[in-house]
Amino acid sequence: MVAPRLYKTEAIVLRQRKLGEADRIVTLFTPLYGKVDAKAKGVRKTSSRMSGHLQPLTRCLVQLAQGRAREVVAGCQGVESFQPLREDLDRLSRALYAAELVDRFLPERVESRATYSLLLETLRRLQTAEAPDFALRYFEMRLLESSGFGPDLGRCQGCQSPVQAQQNFFSPQSGGVVCPGCAAGVAGTRVLSLNALKLLRLLQREAYAEAARVRLPPPLADEIERHLRSYIVCVLERDVNAAAFIERLRREETPHAIKV
Amino acid sequence: MNEPTRSTSSGQAPSAAAPVARLIEEFHKLPGIGPKSAQRLTYYLLRMPPAEARALAQAILEMKEKITFCSPCQNVTDVDPCRICTDDQRDRETICVVEEPLDILALERTRAYRGLYHVLHGAISPMDGIGPEDLKVAELLGRLKSNDVHEVILATNPNLEGEATAMYLGRLLRPLGLRVTRLARGLPAGGDLEYADDVTLTRALEGRQEVGA
Repeated sequence: MVAPRLYKTEAIVLRQRKLGEADRIVTLFTPLYGKVDAKAKGVRKTSSRMSGHLQPLTRCLVQLAQGRAREVVAGCQGVESFQPLREDLDRLSRALYAAELVDRFLPERVESRATYSLLLETLRRLQTAEAPDFALRYFEMRLLESSGFGPDLGRCQGCQSPVQAQQNFFSPQSGGVVCPGCAAGVAGTRVLSLNALKLLRLLQREAYAEAARVRLPPPLADEIERHLRSYIVCVLERDVNAAAFIERLRREETPHAIKV
Repeated sequence: MNEPTRSTSSGQAPSAAAPVARLIEEFHKLPGIGPKSAQRLTYYLLRMPPAEARALAQAILEMKEKITFCSPCQNVTDVDPCRICTDDQRDRETICVVEEPLDILALERTRAYRGLYHVLHGAISPMDGIGPEDLKVAELLGRLKSNDVHEVILATNPNLEGEATAMYLGRLLRPLGLRVTRLARGLPAGGDLEYADDVTLTRALEGRQEVGA
């Protein structure tokens, strides 16, 4: 949708980068106008009235004016600040991962209402979910689906025959499941256990409330995380930065891992 | 360097004399300097007395040659350890952790803090791939080995990256049995209540204080 000269919209702030002395460029995700970069003037000064409302992972109402190169934030009012995310490093790192994925998957200025509500729901889930990682897996699968990269979990990507209830293989490059017979001929495949396959299908088909009722043993959670992560890296053709930080937090979680 | 005149990134016409074009290009690399500003600065220098121009060039060189990072606190300094670290009037039991050397200047202006500092040279930004390993965190942990330090004040910026950094350091330092504190957050001096965001206002409410008689 083409944006008017001056418009108001709801937005989730995905990220910020510094510009000049006291300005920032904020990447806003709006339901109607998609991803929009806007200049926020003077927000690095403590006297700024907007800076608090434009922090990453804030849902806000913004008034945007067309500038020469990009929009300028004319006014801003925070609506939802997701405070629990900001007070827990584990939840925060996962929320940032979700925001980074949205930023990388979406092209600029393309209406994406479905993805907007997906991100909003995911941020809300991450605030309270007992298993934030599961909420993140659900988000990953839904984001892949809505952007047209949903993996094919029904047919073998090699021989096109229906996937059998057995241990199969997952191939990020060919975009789905590969049966044991074809796996030898496909590069970069990984073992996909039957339970993981069922779980991936569940994420693909069920509503969150339904999917979240499943209790995941840690090895299975690890397995689907690995598959989805490698698939996303393959689709984006690059690493997701925030993933490395999540990994680090996990490594250091083991008590006394750091020696001083 | 006797390079032929290139058409510069600042869009300078190749007809400009080579040394002029080169200086314009150098200025253009600086933050906040666009092509026009680069040209203006260059032509200003062109008219400057040679002695002043030399003084400027020397100041830049001297700064680059003499300034290093202070080995304990990582602040920029011309003597190592820096003057703050060697000042015996200062409280050696408290370390204030900041993101950038400029933050030290701001805190020193207050004259309210008499302890030592530690500069991280950045903040954790997971989305930009900046993790603890890119900051001077290991150096901070090294300093805390000695038992002199009793309190660490986390004075990173009150934005998302600064908060993430403070939370991360808090996790890391708490097991060491130190007092770990964070700068208070609240309403800025000269601010308006009606423009405050809810995070700030919540914190300001939580940190409210008795009105002195």
